[in-house]
Amino acid sequence: MPGKLKAKIVAGRHLPVMDRASDLTDAFVEVKFGNTTFKTDVCPKSLNPQWNSEWFKFEVDDEDLQDEPLQITVLDHDTYSANDAIGKVYIDIDPLLCSEAATVISGWFPIYDTIHGIRGEINVLVKVDLFNDLNRFRQSSCGVKFFCTMSIPRCFRAMVIHGFVEELVVNEDPEYQWIDRIRTPRASNEARQRLISLMSGELQRKIGLKVLEMGGNAVVGYLQCFDLEGESGLVVRAIGTACTLDKISSTCPAAVVPNLSNSSPSKDMKEAVFGEEAPGVPLSSGPPTPLRAQTFSSFSPSKSYSRQSSSSDTELSLTPKTGMGSGGSAGKEAGPLKALLRQQTQSALEQREFPFFTLTGFPVGFLLHVGGVVSARSVKLLDRIHNPDEPETRDAWWEEIRQEIKSHAKALGCHAVVGYSESTSICEEVCILSASGTAAILSSRFMQDGALDTEHRFEDTAPPACGFCHIPYDELNMPFPAQLTYCHCCRRHKVPDVLFTTIDVPTEASITGKGCLIQARLCRTKKKAQGEGNATAISNLLPFLEYELHTQLLNKLKLRGMNALFGLRVQISVGDTMLLGLASATGVYLTALPSPGGIQIAGKTPSDLTYEQHVSNMQKKINDTIAKNKELYEISPPEWVEEVIGSPIPESRQRSRIFRSHSESSDEVLELDLSHGKKDAFVLEIDDTDAIEDIHSLLTDAPTPPGFYSCNTEIMPGIYNWTSSLQMFTSVRVFRLSNANLTNQGLNKIFNDLCENLLKSLYFKLRSMVPCCLCHVNFIVAVPEDELIQVAVTAVAMSLDKDQTQENGRQSGDKTLMKAITENEEQLQFPLELSAECPSNPLSSAKGLSEVSGPLPSARAPSVDHSSFTDRCSSWIEQIRLKAHTIRRGSIKTTSSLEKSSPLPDSRSRSLRSNRSCPSSSVAVVKMTPLSFLPGTKIIKYLGIINMFFIRETTSLREEGGVSGFLHSFIAEVFAMVRAHVAALGGNAVVSYSMKECVFMENPNKNQAQCLINVSGDAVIFIRESELEATPSQTQSGNVQTSSNGEGT
Amino acid sequence: MLLVVNTAAVVKMSVELDVFVGNTTIMDKEVYQLWLNGYTVSDAVKVRMEGGVMEECEASADVLLSDTMDQFRTFQMCERLLQNPAKLANQLLFQIPPDRQAMLIERYYAFDDAFVREVLGKKLSKGTKKDLDDVSAKTGITLKSCRRQFDNFKRVFKVVEELKGPLVENIKQHFLLPDPLARDYAAIVFFANNRFETGKKKLQYLTFHDFAFCAGQLINNWTVGAVDNMVEDMDVDLDKEFLQDLKDLKILIADKDLLDQHKSLVCVALRGKTKVFNEMEANFKNLSRGLVNIAAKLTNPKDVRDFFIDLIEKFIEPCRSDRWTATDVNLYLTHYTNSAHILDSFKHQTVWTRYMGVIKSCILRMYHE
Repeated sequence: MPGKLKAKIVAGRHLPVMDRASDLTDAFVEVKFGNTTFKTDVCPKSLNPQWNSEWFKFEVDDEDLQDEPLQITVLDHDTYSANDAIGKVYIDIDPLLCSEAATVISGWFPIYDTIHGIRGEINVLVKVDLFNDLNRFRQSSCGVKFFCTMSIPRCFRAMVIHGFVEELVVNEDPEYQWIDRIRTPRASNEARQRLISLMSGELQRKIGLKVLEMGGNAVVGYLQCFDLEGESGLVVRAIGTACTLDKISSTCPAAVVPNLSNSSPSKDMKEAVFGEEAPGVPLSSGPPTPLRAQTFSSFSPSKSYSRQSSSSDTELSLTPKTGMGSGGSAGKEAGPLKALLRQQTQSALEQREFPFFTLTGFPVGFLLHVGGVVSARSVKLLDRIHNPDEPETRDAWWEEIRQEIKSHAKALGCHAVVGYSESTSICEEVCILSASGTAAILSSRFMQDGALDTEHRFEDTAPPACGFCHIPYDELNMPFPAQLTYCHCCRRHKVPDVLFTTIDVPTEASITGKGCLIQARLCRTKKKAQGEGNATAISNLLPFLEYELHTQLLNKLKLRGMNALFGLRVQISVGDTMLLGLASATGVYLTALPSPGGIQIAGKTPSDLTYEQHVSNMQKKINDTIAKNKELYEISPPEWVEEVIGSPIPESRQRSRIFRSHSESSDEVLELDLSHGKKDAFVLEIDDTDAIEDIHSLLTDAPTPPGFYSCNTEIMPGIYNWTSSLQMFTSVRVFRLSNANLTNQGLNKIFNDLCENLLKSLYFKLRSMVPCCLCHVNFIVAVPEDELIQVAVTAVAMSLDKDQTQENGRQSGDKTLMKAITENEEQLQFPLELSAECPSNPLSSAKGLSEVSGPLPSARAPSVDHSSFTDRCSSWIEQIRLKAHTIRRGSIKTTSSLEKSSPLPDSRSRSLRSNRSCPSSSVAVVKMTPLSFLPGTKIIKYLGIINMFFIRETTSLREEGGVSGFLHSFIAEVFAMVRAHVAALGGNAVVSYSMKECVFMENPNKNQAQCLINVSGDAVIFIRESELEATPSQTQSGNVQTSSNGEGT
Repeated sequence: MLLVVNTAAVVKMSVELDVFVGNTTIMDKEVYQLWLNGYTVSDAVKVRMEGGVMEECEASADVLLSDTMDQFRTFQMCERLLQNPAKLANQLLFQIPPDRQAMLIERYYAFDDAFVREVLGKKLSKGTKKDLDDVSAKTGITLKSCRRQFDNFKRVFKVVEELKGPLVENIKQHFLLPDPLARDYAAIVFFANNRFETGKKKLQYLTFHDFAFCAGQLINNWTVGAVDNMVEDMDVDLDKEFLQDLKDLKILIADKDLLDQHKSLVCVALRGKTKVFNEMEANFKNLSRGLVNIAAKLTNPKDVRDFFIDLIEKFIEPCRSDRWTATDVNLYLTHYTNSAHILDSFKHQTVWTRYMGVIKSCILRMYHE
């Protein structure tokens, strides 16, 4: 009995009228946890009842505490007939189980009904008394902290980053159980909501156990997904990165804590100095240059056998079985293969088994080199999950994919994958599993055994800021053709001509100009097919789809005069008659990489004059566009004299030559190579209509309107003047293709227009925030049914300070830092950072260097990296054709780029206006953002993870304003419920918010629609930096202390 | 038999669903106004296009349409809350900054002068609501907007009808309206409750604000609340006792001596001070009779309704035909009121002051030259 859960029902308000006769309601409340239920008295004839109940006490195992939600049902008492349910509130009490998170849940919760939506509010108080549990063999993992944030959360510091944790649980979907035929839609929806809530809790508990086994205390970058497999079941799976985190505040005097320690996470890492051996001195990382290698993973239309046998687990969803009862994860007791793998994973070598990290932003010094994107996809046929306790098929599928990713990474000379993520797309019985990440070489600094790379250890002394661009693989033994040049910063190491990654831009990265959102969009028709035939057809299409997407990305990147992609995310969605591919990334110009060549168009039939003319026209257009883009994004890299320093490498020209080739289409390569081998520029052949289409789509991408920037990374490289005004939003569009006989081109155009128009609408909507940047723009595409395309976008618009828009992007500070720090704080912290860094090793990072020059109060330390280098890796290994040249790594190079070394006293007097966002009315304002921080504020406490799943259904679609009205109110309701939960935990913001799932189904003929939404994020308390001003002296001392510690290391 | 359909699929793509939801609800003031004005989405889009937003923001008509639909939908969802403004502040569905909330409420409860002139003093009943299409046709205000305004009047009326305490304060508190708007609503409620006639041709020249001013005078001086401020309906109904007492004023015209005395006092005071002295002298008895008769009849509800028309017929029109200036009227009424106090045999000074104060300010307000 290690826990006592206590709940008190205080009052209700705005209840709906349940009794038409009196226009009133006789409400009472049922409070249920596990199998225990309590009831309040009936509060007669009131729409604003005051129950003020006693404390209802539940004595339960902590295992149950983790799995079960507290379920509150508000009902209308009816003397003569059955009581009518008004609605429910599910409260996840997990945040109360962590000593450092919330201590009480108290507040107004919307009463939610899956048919009617929100119907009034209820005020509830919940507490948990946990008894210490001495049982080592417990099944619970209370106390393990979970974070959706993809980097080390601010106000924590990573002691050890243990590595990959994953788990999945399966169950039958209540919607597809026989009983669903006889129960009401409401009952069915509630069964589903409840089941998923249970499964999420169980999943989290199990992952927590793994973390404890590994010796960690937290999961960072926690990604949980649902696969609604229909008939074959419901899968809830999660991956994350196990870490041992240390709250920074604990090391310093309490008073200082909020000021100092909670600064931007990135900073923390950097100056994380105080711990002993922890990431002390900012060892700048010298990560390699990521090349893109493109490998198509196998598409095995393998059918998962194991036809169901006894699968009568209807009771699962209905009876809230506590404990591990319901869908056991694939697990430990499963088949032999599984067991084997399991063993391995559990061994101390786990990190090497899957050296994956879901993080996209890293402590400084962690990321040494980046190899490029690696990805794997696999097409599977779904089959009924016959025994939820042995979900080994699903587990085996993922194992397979992960192995593949791992081997891709190896091929790139990398021992780890960062920015790792997994996803699925399901269409009837076909399921595409995808995994992607960025191959990388990491420092052993945060590893437990430190053995990961001996080679690179040496670099720790002073890896240059450009280090991550340097190639990790052997030049003579390149995994794919690529063109290497000497790094334009240090001039010693080789870098690729183009770099694709799935992570955020590392804070230490030096960027020229500004970045922008780049999307490749593709639609391919597919014949309708069944079963294995369908799977094979999809498998066959996939490589082409990926190849095209990649080519588009590359072209668009070049068109913008940029040379690197961060945050790359490729989604493939299957429908009955088409495949959709959407790749999104943020393009930037990495100073260390060579300037991209232009795009050259070549016609195949030079004899034709008009044709030639056409070609030259297009060429001109392209050249103009490139020039315009360079101006737009302020890309004006310093001219480099050709490789003066470097060894005489023939290929290392400034403009790299790339052909459009691909390992799998060697014919093409050959041909291209022959015809255009001499040319410098990227050659586009327009010998066929496809190519013309390509070029058109290149040129039709509308530029963002003036005053707008957009990116899908946490923040836009090159922008520093954030204000605290922000607006998170979700926009959903569904398009109906009314003409079934569309060609690929036609489809492409439609899909492309759809995305472009959606973006245009967003810009228009947000025009009052200009100048502003759309950050973390996340598109989710789906093909809900034949002829329907659904696009959902979630992003945050953040306003920039108008007076400082022109701030020089070159200064390469980390923007996050900038945003996150108030002026006041800046002043305080700079000197500190400088003092910490400069003496110990000035060369540690180029940025650090540049900063040293300006330790004025206003000077900003560019060296600080912000927590999120979120690079998100999507990974294919793409092939790059670089000629390899051996570069010796491992030597200590401390060159910093010229550019940076010039001391820019960035007088960033960016007066962050601490715009106070709306003064709070009677309802507390809760901010939401998909980023891991809020500009101009400090996060002082993480209150726990928010992970909510809602279903909404209607049988009166027209009355609710049609599909748009229905979905609009549902999304608004979801936001409201998230905000209410955060507020009840005592928080005032959700960071790292994301909408994982938005499944919308309609049947207008029946006047019905249904939608499922899954959202997650981290509830936090933040304070405005302006509020911190009160204690400057303390901060100062704290800082000093910090810095000195840092030096000590 | 096969039906042959021409499948010239010109439009290959149609937007089935299109929503935008911000954590902070985005509302454009301009679009809100269009919605309040009862425009359809397509009309609103036209207006916006003419307004030049598109050029400013490089937007296309599609974008504008999408934005307009989205916002109209948002407003529709908010409307339920706007009808009960107190709820808007503590609802959880929409996160709206307080200053925005205030703007939303204020504009929702704002009304068109042209509309309110049509409805002022009418019973806020279903019957009146049915006639709104006539009002709409006459004023050029969309029927939808008319209905909103009418429903607002009715809603406010119903809520404050049964409340104790000062009318304006009650309206402010329950509907979170700014002071001037709350005062206007007080006037509307007051007029509706007493059914003052405002629609006659002779009254057409008066604006809503003229009436609202008069209503304010009446509320502040002639209602029960003007004396005792914790009575139900105190500000909505006229003080019955006072009305009764007004009958006593009749002595001013019934008693020949008193009338003459009054006249001579006024004449003495005005001689040489006004260009219309002769007309005034000639008309004094008529005017005085008019005003005192109005007072004496106010116990009869029917005559209360005709209060304004009586003022015009009995006082304003005669003066106007004699070309009095507003200053003349002011001078006259001042001395007319004051002289009565000097009359020894006139004992109803308090009632006289209470009566004439209001009459004077109403007449002055209603006297457009």
